[in-house]
Amino acid sequence: MMEELLNILKDLHPDVDFEKEEHLVDDKILDSFDIISVISEIAEQFDVVISAEYILPEYFNSAKALYALIERLEDED
Amino acid sequence: MLFTSYEFLEFLLILFLLYYLLPGKWQWKLLLAAGFVFYFYAGPVYCVYILVTILTTWFAGRRIEAERDKRDIWLKEHKEGLSKEEKKSIKAKIKHRTWIWTLCCLLLNLGILAVVKYTNFVIANINGLLKAAGSGKPLDFLNIIVPLGISFYTFQSMGYIIDVYRGTVEAEKNPFRFALFVSFFPQLVQGPISRFGDLKKTLFEAHPFDRQTVALGLQRILWGFFKKLVIADRILAGVNTLIHDADAYRGAYVFVGMLFYALELYADFTGGIDITIGVAQALGIKVTENFNRPYFSKNIKEYWNRWHITMGSWFTDYIFYPISVCKPMLKLSKFSRNHFGEVIGKRVPVYLSSFVVWFATGIWHGASWNFIVWGLGNWLVIMISQELEPLYQKFHDTFHVRERFAFRLFQVVRTVLLMSCLRMFDCYRDVPLTFRMFGSMFSEGNWNILWNGALLNIGLSGVDYFVLLIGLVLLITVSLVQRKGSVREKIGRLPYWGRFALWYGLFLAVLLMGAYGVGYDSSQFIYNQF
Repeated sequence: MMEELLNILKDLHPDVDFEKEEHLVDDKILDSFDIISVISEIAEQFDVVISAEYILPEYFNSAKALYALIERLEDED
Repeated sequence: MLFTSYEFLEFLLILFLLYYLLPGKWQWKLLLAAGFVFYFYAGPVYCVYILVTILTTWFAGRRIEAERDKRDIWLKEHKEGLSKEEKKSIKAKIKHRTWIWTLCCLLLNLGILAVVKYTNFVIANINGLLKAAGSGKPLDFLNIIVPLGISFYTFQSMGYIIDVYRGTVEAEKNPFRFALFVSFFPQLVQGPISRFGDLKKTLFEAHPFDRQTVALGLQRILWGFFKKLVIADRILAGVNTLIHDADAYRGAYVFVGMLFYALELYADFTGGIDITIGVAQALGIKVTENFNRPYFSKNIKEYWNRWHITMGSWFTDYIFYPISVCKPMLKLSKFSRNHFGEVIGKRVPVYLSSFVVWFATGIWHGASWNFIVWGLGNWLVIMISQELEPLYQKFHDTFHVRERFAFRLFQVVRTVLLMSCLRMFDCYRDVPLTFRMFGSMFSEGNWNILWNGALLNIGLSGVDYFVLLIGLVLLITVSLVQRKGSVREKIGRLPYWGRFALWYGLFLAVLLMGAYGVGYDSSQFIYNQF
């Protein structure tokens, strides 16, 4: 599943190493349009809806944090 | 009470004296009283509106917190006997109740804002339709006074209630402390739109007198006065001449007016925010920055991340994200993918949500079509630029000019021109007139007015141009120096005589070069009317 998430992110910015990058929002690598595209792709591929209250830098700063959020939301479902 | 009035300076002087004489625990209470004095001075009836917002928002916040506390206690007491499904159902029920409180608060307060600000706009449009249909007597306009700063304090309060609902901040228990958050006077009339979580860190603390903090605050206020009085209010005479008799000033005059207005707006708004942040800083309070050298942006999208930052982030967090990721939007996106393909499906949430945001941004600035068209113009430019991104990438892969000075300069000039063009809707306040004036730039061919002395007959003298040139050079210099950190801190490291000369020079410049006296009225800040 992590592999799929990395593919979603790489589709947006092929030049970024999403496995290592930990400041995607703080360093403005992901902007608001990117975040919406990622959420829409996650809903499509994982059937997990990330609502607006979770759109915080702490969840989108790295692929790892985002993956943890997806797992948490899946679990809550 | 205008920031540039003598009354405001007297008000500030008395406030600073009392503030630093009082014990720390009384300081925030003094600020609350000062906020209401400031607001009462603007119009006693305004106080009723702001009090309704304060009380209803505070109460809704407390109710949301109470529902959550009740849920937590109940879950703790019944921890053992509940299945996962039952726990989930209780959480969903409480979440629904907290949403009802949030929704009621939003509807009431945004409803007040909508009624006072947009009723006459709606009536004007209905009358327009009636006239077009050739029927009926036009509806009478209502005599509604828009309370000072209502757009700013309503947005700030609604941001708070959404944050409480989302659980990102705790609801404030003390209604007086919450009242201070909403009515903190420096930011009451033109922002920044602060978040409760940010402002509360320093708003309620005791602030013993610290010479350096107060000095930094006063220096920022002085810089704000310079921008407002020396640049914005001086160029205003020229802008007014060119706009008010638009048909007499076509072609190259429009180009000049467009750039003059961009400079006026920048100096006026950033100057006002400098005064706001400076006053807060002199009181020991940290207010979020609202600008980050916007005209140095590479494109319009970046510009909007650096201009009126707190308004942009408000719209992003509380409108753009919720609309983009709501279930109907995700369903629509899925539907579009299935029926129109990946390319369109992916774009649906971003395009639709940003359309709503820019429509809202436009109408937030004013109840008229010119602001709506201005907002949607920004949306169109951003979307076109987004679509052209692959083309830009190819260009950069081929020519490698991204880091070249000339290319950076081209990007800055492009941003200035594009934003100035879009601001023409704001400037002329009439959509067909704006298009006509824009078109005249390419048809009149009167560019010789730039050097034949005609610009000395638009209400600005040679001295005015000289002062404006000094102001502009200073603005650009400060912006360039700011790239490597705070200018005031850099000045603070200079020897005493250097610091003295710079600040005293700026003080004298405001006194001698500010637009005062016959023919000049220190005008209202442009953003006060929003």
